[in-house]
Amino acid sequence: MKITKDDIEYIADVAMLYLNEEKKEHYTEELNVVLNQIAKLGELDTKDVEPTVHILPLKNVWREDKIEPSLDSEQVFMNTENGEEGFFRVPKIIED
Amino acid sequence: MEYEAVIGLEVHAELLTDSKIFCSCASKFGGAPNTHCCPGCLAMPGTLPILNKHAVELGIKAALALNCEILPYSRFDRKNYFYPDLPKAYQISQNDFPLAVNGYINIETEQGIKKIGIKRAHLEEDAGKLIHSEHGDYSLVDFNRSGAPLIEIVSEPDLNTPREAWLYLTKLKSILEYTEVSDCKMQEGSLRCDANVSIRAKGSEKLGTKTELKNMNSFRAIERALEYEIERQKRVLEKGEEVIQETRRWDDARGITITMRTKEEAADYRYFPDPDLPPIVIEKDFIEEVRSKIPELSHERKERYIREFGLPEYDAGVLTDSKKLSDFFEECVNKYPDAKKVSNWIMVELLAILNAEGKEIEDISLTPDNLVKMLNMIDKGTISGKIAKTVFREMLDTGKDPSKIVEEKGLVQLSDEDELEKIVDIVLNENQQSVDDYKNGKDRAFGFLVGQVMKATRGKANPKIVNKLLREKIDG
Repeated sequence: MKITKDDIEYIADVAMLYLNEEKKEHYTEELNVVLNQIAKLGELDTKDVEPTVHILPLKNVWREDKIEPSLDSEQVFMNTENGEEGFFRVPKIIED
Repeated sequence: MEYEAVIGLEVHAELLTDSKIFCSCASKFGGAPNTHCCPGCLAMPGTLPILNKHAVELGIKAALALNCEILPYSRFDRKNYFYPDLPKAYQISQNDFPLAVNGYINIETEQGIKKIGIKRAHLEEDAGKLIHSEHGDYSLVDFNRSGAPLIEIVSEPDLNTPREAWLYLTKLKSILEYTEVSDCKMQEGSLRCDANVSIRAKGSEKLGTKTELKNMNSFRAIERALEYEIERQKRVLEKGEEVIQETRRWDDARGITITMRTKEEAADYRYFPDPDLPPIVIEKDFIEEVRSKIPELSHERKERYIREFGLPEYDAGVLTDSKKLSDFFEECVNKYPDAKKVSNWIMVELLAILNAEGKEIEDISLTPDNLVKMLNMIDKGTISGKIAKTVFREMLDTGKDPSKIVEEKGLVQLSDEDELEKIVDIVLNENQQSVDDYKNGKDRAFGFLVGQVMKATRGKANPKIVNKLLREKIDG
């Protein structure tokens, strides 16, 4: 699989990243190296190997349905300058 | 050409847990903005999600009631998108390995029972709520709902008419209510539905290009949006043009759908497994334990009402559509064994008012106790059936005890023969013409005279006694 500059531009677009021309060239080259490396794994015979979906041997890590106190208002807004009457103020985005 | 519509529905229902799905904040609707928030659901750096076991149980319960197969292994994925209703810039959902697959529900169409497939049911977290400021170029976010547990239920494209879509949703809502998985209040957003619809030449196997419809806020709106969209697609095809794959927004006030985004702009969610959450492995014992908690469902209750109470199929169906209404009916019947009489009052009087005012049984003040008391008062002759309607209306609005209403409004039935006789005499004197008409064979004139007595007593006269007195006086 070969990554083109078009692919890089698409990925940057959906990830909302701004890349200049130099960076686009750079990442096109670099991602190709990474993907070639991963493609090598495809040469292995993995017919009898279970897919790894989680790297730790854990399952069903869950808690009981109990309510714990939430943060108080001061703590909720202590990391923002954009609090307004109990809400977070964000740029207007009309979608649906 | 004759066309056939192909419809698939995606329903999101909020699960009735106490706390959120991945943190311990309260999950209940409402509250002052941003008061049910913690570092987790605000996406502070370094926080980790911990799954709520009860959300998994409720998800399994719903899936079982929808005849799904519970997958022994499921897991969570990140759905990436940029929208300020989720502070993490991704939603935790299930993509590749959902909780359950391959279910179905039966709907009762006019052509008979139709089986509608359920493709999958999976768990995910809800997003926050955005309020768009009327003035100024900003929006306000409330994260109280962010992280509330949802089950998304995706139907197969087995529905062919807007009516079938409505029937499917009504049945699905009833199942989720009966199992107490969700309270399904559309007005509070705890039940939401998007629809996919395409049309094709009738008899054709090939699917047409579909559009996705959003922003329908009631089952009726979904039915109307589908009706509109099917007609729109027909017009497009008949002009020789092609339907474009796109998302369209329903405008309820104007009764039309409007383009939101086309396929070219379609979101690319870049799903990948969430490394913060280990997989869910469901053992058989766990499934059986949940299965044992599934109560009698609506269609089972309906059959019981027909069998035990001898109710007509239609009435039994209406009474069991909503769990709350059905529970109300059962509580009445426990205290007043004439189920048919209870059913009549609910079917005729109660539902007429609820439907006219767009209300649900939980929105009114009437209690089963008060309805039963009122029925007993009719049986004893304390009030007439006609007066009872006035009392009933008052009970709905105020929740007052019927005997109190009768006392306050002076509505006790007039059964005193001497007193009624005086009124009957006056009416007869004033309406000699009607008396003559009646004697000349005009039966309708008798009804008029009864009406005059009722009017003179403001509806309180005991109609049996009035009838008897009038006959005695005229026929002699």
